[in-house]
Amino acid sequence: MALVVFVFAAILMLAEGLQKTLVDTGSWDNVVLIRKGSQSEVQSGIERLQASVIETQPEVAVGEGGRRVLAKEVVVLISLAKRGTDKPSNVIIRGVNEQSLAMRPQVRLVEGRMPRPGSAEILAGESVARRFAGAGIGETLRFGMRDWTVVGIFDAGSTGFSSEIWGDADQLMQTFRRQAFSSVIFKLSDPSAFDVFKARVESDPRLTVEAKRETRFYADQSEMMAKFLRILGLSLTIIFSLGAVIGAMITMYAAVANRTAEIGTLRALGFQRRSILGAFLLESLLLGFIGGAAGLFFASFLQMLTISTLNFQTFSELAFSFTLTFGIVWQALAFSLVMGFVGGVLPALRASRMKIVDALRTT
Amino acid sequence: MTDQPTPCDDHGPAPVLENRPVIVEVRNVNKAYLRGSHIIPVLREIHFDIREGEFLALMGPSGSGKSTLLNLIAGIDKVDSGSIVIGGVDITALDETELARWRATHVGFVFQFYNLIPVLTAFENVELPLQLTGLSRAERREHVEMALRVVNLAHRMDHYPAQLSGGEQQRVAIARAVVTDPTILVADEPTGDLDRASAQEIMSLMCRLNRESGMTIIMVTHDPKAAEAAQVIRHLDKGYLNHAHP
Repeated sequence: MALVVFVFAAILMLAEGLQKTLVDTGSWDNVVLIRKGSQSEVQSGIERLQASVIETQPEVAVGEGGRRVLAKEVVVLISLAKRGTDKPSNVIIRGVNEQSLAMRPQVRLVEGRMPRPGSAEILAGESVARRFAGAGIGETLRFGMRDWTVVGIFDAGSTGFSSEIWGDADQLMQTFRRQAFSSVIFKLSDPSAFDVFKARVESDPRLTVEAKRETRFYADQSEMMAKFLRILGLSLTIIFSLGAVIGAMITMYAAVANRTAEIGTLRALGFQRRSILGAFLLESLLLGFIGGAAGLFFASFLQMLTISTLNFQTFSELAFSFTLTFGIVWQALAFSLVMGFVGGVLPALRASRMKIVDALRTT
Repeated sequence: MTDQPTPCDDHGPAPVLENRPVIVEVRNVNKAYLRGSHIIPVLREIHFDIREGEFLALMGPSGSGKSTLLNLIAGIDKVDSGSIVIGGVDITALDETELARWRATHVGFVFQFYNLIPVLTAFENVELPLQLTGLSRAERREHVEMALRVVNLAHRMDHYPAQLSGGEQQRVAIARAVVTDPTILVADEPTGDLDRASAQEIMSLMCRLNRESGMTIIMVTHDPKAAEAAQVIRHLDKGYLNHAHP
């Protein structure tokens, strides 16, 4: 029972961790624009002219020095070798400008310095720096036929940015011979103005773009993967739970068999069938609850683990942690109670339907 | 019957039953068991009365139907035909739920192997039947302590059955049987698992309950010595009832 709840909780925690990582990546008052029909930034392309039109929209916030809080970013996937194993894996390289960092308060430089504009210098997310060869501070990565020096490491908490490498957008566009940006991200001057902005921009014939709040954008990015994890987890859980229910049933049948004389005695003393039924069901539910609590206890240690996997939607490596929420705790406990109930109902019915004389004869 | 001392000698003379009202009326009771395709009759046309305050011993060889008859009177088994009226209630007409409720207030059980709940203390075991009454916690405690005092085990109330001797466990079982002040006390071989001294002690206790508290007792026994405590002995043989006074 505990094992089943462990698996059930672990899968939910995994899906939750993935979703949390991607959703946390975004901010409510930031807007992401990508080409209409694109599933991700990697597939998207926004022409320089289109980006300029977007930059002039009145909803774009104006920051210090009268500069628009807007970043035209380019996202490219490259393959890098992992530390230790040399196994290649896709990593997102994000070409950013000076506004990119300002719009993402969750991203902060923890080591080194910012890259100089126009230079072959890059920043690596903590997760990338740790897991990929050449991505540590002072190390050099080779891609786009150039060597890039890692001059800083940034911490982006549990967000997807931790699995990215950031560099100067213009440098990266030249290197990868890109004529278009992948996305335009800006901060709304008034967060409630999003709907008006979206309606106008999406109906503008010059712009073939789709606008999403950044939180929604990243939630959509995680949807397919989280759904896959949930379906996988539920399938595994259903198979495992059949075993657990049968186990619970065997335990409860044994409990009934061992207590036949007590059942007979209680019935003879005047306890009703429903009291016996209730007592055994309660015991079975308690067993389920204990199993569930034990499973959750062990599953909670998974929060210390960070795993990395390929995000199906962006085809890039994404590192995330198991995340335990109250919702998962309730779901897991409810699931364990259901298993306890299903496993206990037949033995409890058997106990309550025993003939008193037959039960007493087993003394 | 015998000139040797009986378990009841210390508890005064046996009550005169003739003027007492009939409390149990067994009328033309038949009971048979089905074994495969064979119908095996266990009780045939059993017809007798038990008066209030009577101490009845049912005797007979194994398979004679005495335990079956006891179970029918106690309301834990159903007759095939006939009726059993106890304290004016025809228990053969009650459904399962009503019968359970009736047993809770009108029958005290004493079993051969005590049938105490091993995970409960003596106190909790005696308290069990009171859980089915509307008594408050304090009232239950009072009743339980009194019942345990009657069987001289008030000092062992916190002990578990495994910490008690066989005789002590049976005394706890008797306390549990009488704690609700039932209409009848049924005992199935109450001394069957005890040594001679403990058996003597149990029979003396049951005699005391009968003679001092006027408890109506119906006891199944193989033991002629135990049967000496009864005022009336009825013999069952192959499902037929004979009777003899001691």
